[in-house]
Amino acid sequence: MSRRPQQQSPLDTSQPEVPEDELLSATGEGDEVMEEAEEQEGYTSSTPTSSLTWISWFCSLPGHDYFCEVAEDFIEDDFNLTGLNAMVPFWKEAMEMVLDVEPDEDSAKIPDVSIVEASAELLYGLVHQRYVLTRAGLHAMAEKYEAGVFGSCPRVYCMGCNVVPCGRSDLPGLETVKLFCPNCNDIYVPASSRFQGVDGAFFGTTFAHLFFQTYRELMPAPFWKQPSSSGSMSPSRSPRSVTGSNSSQQAPFVNPNPHGGQKRAAGKVYVPRIYGFKVSERAKSGPRMQWMRLRPESPEDLDEVDWRGRWIDDEEDQYDDGIDGEAEEDRRMEDFDPVRHIYCIVLC
Amino acid sequence: MLRRAVEDASTGSDSDYSNSWISWFLSSKGNEYFCEVEDDYILDRFNLTGLNTEVQNYTQALDLITDNLDDDFQEELRGTLDIQARLLYGLIHARWIVTARGLAKMLDKYKKADFGRCPRVLCQGQPLLPVGLTDVPYEKSVKLYCGRCEDIYSPKSSRHGSIDGAYFGTSFPHLLFLVYPALLPPKSGPADPARGVVGINPGAGAAAVDDPRRRGARVRDELVEGADGLGEAINTASVALRADRYRPRIFGFQINEVAKLQRWQEAMRDRQVARLETLEGS
Ligand SMILES: [Zn+2]
Ligand SMILES: [Zn+2]
Repeated sequence: MSRRPQQQSPLDTSQPEVPEDELLSATGEGDEVMEEAEEQEGYTSSTPTSSLTWISWFCSLPGHDYFCEVAEDFIEDDFNLTGLNAMVPFWKEAMEMVLDVEPDEDSAKIPDVSIVEASAELLYGLVHQRYVLTRAGLHAMAEKYEAGVFGSCPRVYCMGCNVVPCGRSDLPGLETVKLFCPNCNDIYVPASSRFQGVDGAFFGTTFAHLFFQTYRELMPAPFWKQPSSSGSMSPSRSPRSVTGSNSSQQAPFVNPNPHGGQKRAAGKVYVPRIYGFKVSERAKSGPRMQWMRLRPESPEDLDEVDWRGRWIDDEEDQYDDGIDGEAEEDRRMEDFDPVRHIYCIVLC
Repeated sequence: MLRRAVEDASTGSDSDYSNSWISWFLSSKGNEYFCEVEDDYILDRFNLTGLNTEVQNYTQALDLITDNLDDDFQEELRGTLDIQARLLYGLIHARWIVTARGLAKMLDKYKKADFGRCPRVLCQGQPLLPVGLTDVPYEKSVKLYCGRCEDIYSPKSSRHGSIDGAYFGTSFPHLLFLVYPALLPPKSGPADPARGVVGINPGAGAAAVDDPRRRGARVRDELVEGADGLGEAINTASVALRADRYRPRIFGFQINEVAKLQRWQEAMRDRQVARLETLEGS
């Protein structure tokens, strides 16, 4: 937090170094760079020597890549902060720091500036949680999403689908930030350890999902059909494209549910194999989790399950033998009893 | 991609140079996923059947990895031969790790989580196993298989992301769990309650503490370790019911289309469980 002086913009490098505590309380004048918000809100008088606002500086720190810059007028509107002052110690001083306002004499009572810094970070994080649910916040995050700032899903068959940050709790101090993948609807630990210090509550539990409800064209649809071209995995059940939901990549993708995801999903599911043979579900170690990544072929299939999660028509046996309709092929494979054969191969 | 990474690594770690080619190879940065192939496995020509057509300068490459290369060869050819030697070692490695002794070596590395941990939050740090998407070299880079969510992930670091998947093969992790069913990770709860790896070291009692089935499995594990029986009494028919799922919510409410998909998926799961329980019962 106290690294800010090193984060000055290039324009400032000619200026003499200012000792840290001085800088933090200083009100730099005559900066060439005018921040947009300053101009609008008349905060030019309180900009520190660094032309960087506290918010820009905070968002540029290593590990803070996922944060967007909250507009200052959002923070200045008390309505948006309802209830937060009870959660943030040194509220007033933290507000001053975040908004680059020159602190008044009372602040001198606070012995350690790092205490205020921690409060400022907490304040900014909690405001950020709310800001990213607004139109402007969603838009700012969408730009970062499209630029790939949040990275992509580590799951191989999500085919590099971009992810968004999310929290598992809206209360700070409980869990670090996670990444939500709209293709597998699952959450992941960020690959880089620099995000291990970022609180998940600063993104909150709702943002990721509101984001994909807002930008439906970025949300994969819940159904998927194996394109008929890739013969290797599942040749048995891919009739010529009936709806626009598969095969030729040029065909525009349509989800009949206008409130649903409007992007073609990456629907392939991993099939474990031993010496080329699918591991039978009858083996103790056979696949048990493919359902979690499985999608029905058509949107209508989703209606075969009622709201309690029961099959409406239990005659339905379309998917009875594992994934992607390889039922026939599968049974033939199982004639080769993998358990017995492998056992001999490995242990004899 | 693969070739370039191979060359980078070859210039990387002279400092770690030790007496044998294999130990030098294993200690090179980026080669952490590989285990040691024992000498007598390599020296048995039967185990290398067919590899002479896959690798150029096969004889010299083999001499290099077994430290039998003539000194006058080493200077001139070492650079190009090194690439062939790596390919050969990788292909031998893929065969070795599906033998009983090779599996045991990889198991040791799995216990130490040498292959990393599952990035899926609800897998709670489950250690991973390397897997290939094809057994043919120079096609696909190595992936990591999680025994808990049964899915595959890309390695975090590009250093590992450029390793050839064929050096591990498509069968390895599945064979491991087929041979050691008692080591199947539990579908819920912490992956390593006491720093150890769940279900990997039954003697140390590291198996999932909250799963009575697994507790029983632990007792039987010595039998499995002794290659006697395949854990017949372990019942995995309904383990999927224990798996945790993430449920997207907006202000606490589920999202219609996602919730619908998840209900459908769980109905698929229930159908499989019913099918497997019928099989167990019969
Ligand atoms: Zn994903
Ligand atoms: Zn996993």
